Amino acid sequence: MHNYLHIENAKMVFDTKKGKFTALTDINLTVKQGEFIALIGHSGCGKSTLLNLVAGLTSPTDGILLLSEREISGPGPERAVVFQNHSLLPWLTCFGNVYLAVERVFGAREAKAKLKERTQAALELVGLAHAMHKHPGEISGGMKQRVGIARALAMEPKVLLLDEPFGALDALTRAGLQDELMRIVQETHATTLMVTHDVDEAVLLSDRIVMMTNGPAATIGEVLDVDLPRPRDRLKLAENAHYHHLRGQVLEFLYQKHMKKAA
Amino acid sequence: MSAVTFNEGSLKDIMNKPDTVPASAAPVETQAKPRPTPYFETERGLALLESFGNFFRATLPPVIGIALFILLWQIVSASGGDSGLPGPAKTWEAAKALFADPFYDNGPNDKGIGWNILHSLYRVGAGFGLAALVGIPLGFMIGRFAFLSGMMAPIISLLRPVSPLAWLPIGLYVFKETEPASLWVIFISSIWPIILNTAAGVSRVPQDYLNVARVLNLSEWKIFTRILFPSVLPHLMTGIRLSMGVAWLVIVAAEMLTGGTGLGFWVWDEWNNLNVEHILIAIFVVGIIGLLLEQGLMLIAKRFNYE
Repeated sequence: MHNYLHIENAKMVFDTKKGKFTALTDINLTVKQGEFIALIGHSGCGKSTLLNLVAGLTSPTDGILLLSEREISGPGPERAVVFQNHSLLPWLTCFGNVYLAVERVFGAREAKAKLKERTQAALELVGLAHAMHKHPGEISGGMKQRVGIARALAMEPKVLLLDEPFGALDALTRAGLQDELMRIVQETHATTLMVTHDVDEAVLLSDRIVMMTNGPAATIGEVLDVDLPRPRDRLKLAENAHYHHLRGQVLEFLYQKHMKKAA
Repeated sequence: MSAVTFNEGSLKDIMNKPDTVPASAAPVETQAKPRPTPYFETERGLALLESFGNFFRATLPPVIGIALFILLWQIVSASGGDSGLPGPAKTWEAAKALFADPFYDNGPNDKGIGWNILHSLYRVGAGFGLAALVGIPLGFMIGRFAFLSGMMAPIISLLRPVSPLAWLPIGLYVFKETEPASLWVIFISSIWPIILNTAAGVSRVPQDYLNVARVLNLSEWKIFTRILFPSVLPHLMTGIRLSMGVAWLVIVAAEMLTGGTGLGFWVWDEWNNLNVEHILIAIFVVGIIGLLLEQGLMLIAKRFNYE
């Protein structure tokens, strides 16, 4: 495992109506190939901004982002994003949504039948083969988010970027999708960056938790190694003392060291 | 309401199951009943009663409204004496005679009502079609390029409020003939809603969808066909509906001035003949066709509404 994703002195300043707003500053982070990183922090701390920088949807005001030693200069399919609100195109079926991505990435060198096969396989991976020909409007929120994940995975990205992917879901659905994501990442060895504000989710899923200080001018406060053995089982972890210790550390960071002041 | 029950299956099993929609009613357990339930107390009976109720709630107000309207009409026409407006019965008789032979042709100024309707529809279709042909691409460009939008904004704001008929002399002067002049009036008055709604639709394409396009690095053509166009379509349909409404409003007035054929000409012609029944019939025909056009376009628009 070598250093894969490299963020050096990244700084993000937005021009707003009230003048310049420094969202992020002094961000230094190195991610190894196949690693699962959770970005956690209070809302408004710029975790999504950091994710967007890696996605290339925004460019840093200052600093460098490298992916396998090449500078990230814009968005691209090798960095697939699972958006917070799924962002499926409502006029395409689930199959169509995933196929659009597959066609873009593999269309130039593979036959149509193979592209369809890939699309189908991605939907099967997230357990949605039966809903393939439904439109996003006809399925539940959890299913939509799974299509979003299937779309990202089908692109066989170098890096998988998840922006609070389960934030809008109920607890039961979220737990199921977390298990599923854990299994998929284990199978595909995808390098993953996930924005979350759910402490349990962060500890359960990640290899390292990057904890961010509050904005403005947010930066990385602490990085916590989650050295729990894999595969992880949420029910067994509930009785695991080390799990609770790690969880406690994240909570302590969020609620003691960096308590968000009431607005 | 039916309760969702979980058996002992693990969480994962539940998640992997297809998300099923619970059936509207749980199967009724077969138990020995002391007496047969009367039909209107059973679920089906109640549903039947309710659907009757809904039917009356939906149809009764419009029926009463139309009845009152006809009554009012009758009162107004009766109070006018012999020189008053023709009443509903007299107009109905005239309409029956008129629609008995809608497609006769006795020379240039005496054609059946069917021909007049078709002529008006043709003009609206042609003028409106041209407006769509020019307006849709223009709307897309204005929505996509801020510079073009800035360029066109003052022109559109200046020309849009102009009364459609003010364009008629310009059409007559430029084309020297009435037929293209009336098409021109329809064109120029129905193009604005198309341009403005298309442009608004383009500028309101959700950023989420555009981010998807950016992450996937889609080609301009794919962005247009897969994201921009489908996303704008509902707005575009609104524009088309408004345009069609304007075009149908304008055609009657335009035909009154240009003459020859069409519903507008017919209204004016019957005014000159002092055939007031026919004028009333024309008003109904214009209204009903406008309504049908609107409803038809609504149906098409529904087809493209994805939300």
